[in-house]
Amino acid sequence: MDTSSHDVLLVGGGGAGLRAAIAAAEVNPKLRIAVVSKVYPMRSHTVSAEGGAAGVAKPDDSLDEHAYDTISGGDWLSDQDAVEAFVKEAPQELLQLERWGCPWNREPDGHIAVRAFGGMKKMRTWFAADKTGFHMLHTLFQTSMQYDPITRYDEWFVTRLLVDEGRVLGVVAIELMSGKVQAITAKSVILCTGGCGRVFPFTTNASIKNGDGMALAYRAGVPLKDMEFIQYHPTGLPFTGILITEAARAEGGYMLNKDGYRYLQDYNLGTPEPKPVLRSMELGPRDRLSQAFVKEDQKGRTIETPYGPVVHLDLRHLGEKLIDAKLPFVRELCMKYQNVDPVKELIPVRPVVHYMMGGVSTDINGATPLAGLFAAGEVACVSINGANRLGSNSLPECLVFGARAGRAAATYASEQPEPNGKVAALASDEQRRLESEFLRKVGGRERVATIRTEMQTTMENSAGIYREQGLLLAGANKLRNLQERYRDLQLDDHSRTFNTELESALELGFMLDVAESMVQCALHRTESRGAHQRTDYPARNDEKFLAHSLVYRNPDGSTRVEYKPVAITRWPPGERVYGQQTAKQAQPQETRLTN
Amino acid sequence: MAETITLEIARYSPEQDTAPHFQSFEVPVNKEWVVLDALNHIKDKQDGTLTYRWSCRMGICGSCGMMVNGEPKLTCATFLTDYARQGKKIRVEPLRYFPVVRDLVTELTDFLAKLKKAKLWLIHPNQPPLSDGEFLQTPTQVDRYKQYAMCINCTLCYAACPVVGLDPIFVGPAALALAQRYNMDSRDQGSGDRLAVLAHPDGVWGCTFVGECTRVCPKHVDPAGAIQQYKLTAVLEWLKSFVTPRGAGKHDG
Repeated sequence: MDTSSHDVLLVGGGGAGLRAAIAAAEVNPKLRIAVVSKVYPMRSHTVSAEGGAAGVAKPDDSLDEHAYDTISGGDWLSDQDAVEAFVKEAPQELLQLERWGCPWNREPDGHIAVRAFGGMKKMRTWFAADKTGFHMLHTLFQTSMQYDPITRYDEWFVTRLLVDEGRVLGVVAIELMSGKVQAITAKSVILCTGGCGRVFPFTTNASIKNGDGMALAYRAGVPLKDMEFIQYHPTGLPFTGILITEAARAEGGYMLNKDGYRYLQDYNLGTPEPKPVLRSMELGPRDRLSQAFVKEDQKGRTIETPYGPVVHLDLRHLGEKLIDAKLPFVRELCMKYQNVDPVKELIPVRPVVHYMMGGVSTDINGATPLAGLFAAGEVACVSINGANRLGSNSLPECLVFGARAGRAAATYASEQPEPNGKVAALASDEQRRLESEFLRKVGGRERVATIRTEMQTTMENSAGIYREQGLLLAGANKLRNLQERYRDLQLDDHSRTFNTELESALELGFMLDVAESMVQCALHRTESRGAHQRTDYPARNDEKFLAHSLVYRNPDGSTRVEYKPVAITRWPPGERVYGQQTAKQAQPQETRLTN
Repeated sequence: MAETITLEIARYSPEQDTAPHFQSFEVPVNKEWVVLDALNHIKDKQDGTLTYRWSCRMGICGSCGMMVNGEPKLTCATFLTDYARQGKKIRVEPLRYFPVVRDLVTELTDFLAKLKKAKLWLIHPNQPPLSDGEFLQTPTQVDRYKQYAMCINCTLCYAACPVVGLDPIFVGPAALALAQRYNMDSRDQGSGDRLAVLAHPDGVWGCTFVGECTRVCPKHVDPAGAIQQYKLTAVLEWLKSFVTPRGAGKHDG
């Protein structure tokens, strides 16, 4: 078997991966850096992020306010030392992207413009219209092309981490175009594979978001952290799940029930004003808005559609000029995919699985408990997002912790010897597994799509916006059963050339492991906090659960959940207050609508 | 029984086939379905060997471009109902002018090499330290290059460009539009560095101004306009290189 060898290896080439690769190259230009991605990097899901990236930029704002919004938004489950580092470095990273050419929106005088966002008390969200992730990703990708130490493995699918004697030695990957299985060794490996929304049936996430990196780490004995915290974004288009960015509400959009009533006023989120009020009503945090939708539906005040109940997002009063200037992608998506023009019509929306707060457990530099293994971006849980991420914190998280992990992995790699001779044997084992379980297997009875659909339905039914013990237990049992049936898979495709059915089967295996970790964490956390709402335990319980869940996979495939205290520095746990109580100190400025 | 439509899909597997052939599949016509949904339906329910790329399903990742009834399209934004009215048959093929890896998957190595060759990154040597803050850029200055920055690298314009068909070395519409994106950016000082590639016979001068690239672009980028604009720039830069020996920046071509 072929082997290639590097110093630092990135799995994933999205926002976090590319930022990490550039950071590593800048630490030491002699390092041999590899970016291994199952898609061409500019296809990575960062491309779909719309609304913006938070970083303190204006004189009326402060790092402490950004930190407080993030910590209260996360229902006090965020590690405050990590949040403090994050808010401090986010503006630097966003500025660095400006220097690399990112087309940020500007004030008339040429300075960076910022917009309001949900759960944020000040305007601090940098944006490139409503295609912020797209512009960030292409800026990073294009910038990365000039770094000669970075070697790309485009369309290579990583199937396993190579681990020996408590240290990561690289990965085994399939080159999709040829079907070649190869060991790629490295002194340090950084997982930057993003989230896992495809575990659920209705998600904003691209088809490639299968929790690959989470499962790779989990199978290597690394704990996953806070996996019960799954974010539903309140405004997805029905059927497609396409995201309508929170910026639509930040610019002044209203959420209306079937009677045209701004129903969020009934859920302790403030009183309706004609203009957007920060940390109030439509600019409340995502968990609270998605939960309000469920309650509104239970009251019979949503609108039935063939794709489930919806409410309406109303942008009509914003006018065509503002919509085209600030929300052009929203208009394009609505017209192209929903046949609705938001300038003239109401947009049907419903909560949609959007983001994973949990992930591979890391420290503040992206290091996991496994020597040489790092993680950054949505795949990781540092944790800054706690029990609920604030909108526009994920893009700067990719940059800040991508850069931190890149530097730390580069420093680590500079001090390590070459991986040992075990690599070849481990890689051969993996190649045999791929052959016997998939490519050369005969006699299986299950289709990938059947098991995948059943898993997704199971997750929606048992681990959706509201959970309770009975449903979670039923979900756990069903997932065990699906793991058994997964062993009985039969592929139609036995080709070596670009075998996407094999890829889907391996992704399904990753997703089943990730789904089980989510349900187990949700079962064990007998409280309600942020995005984890237990109808049988409706209150937050700081005495017992001001702690991160750490879920481990035992060698027999069963799971074990442990807890680790949250790092509290300066913000003791308090009540999450949104609405009129904060309205006075947080009026949006008029200038926001003028540029 | 729900209404159905026939998809005639180009199939090619290098391990079995010497040439591509077509295979027909029947799929239901749901009014929300795009061609990509039909392909997923076939792969999930009928034939797991069908091979194509896709990811975001919202027209921004650029993965799912294919020829649909002879036109380069993003299949995630091409509705079945638009064809159900016109004869109940949709022919799906890989994007034209690219080598085919398998079925609907094209080989993009050469395209990626062209992006690198055109130096699609901000060139501004000796930048002040980050602590000095951002480069100022007014909204009007952003507007000068913004539309070229909307390119999603979907390569539909290459499949539409007859020059790409005749001369595979031609840098091509997307790379040229993106080069102009940086050339027009007030923060960039690299137009001289890009000159050697862009002003080469395989650069802008390869374009015969057919304009198909602009017509098929799903993001309303205007590569044809960028190329015409650059032809003028190239002449001026070329002349300038005689007048001011170092004025046009460093040449490495």
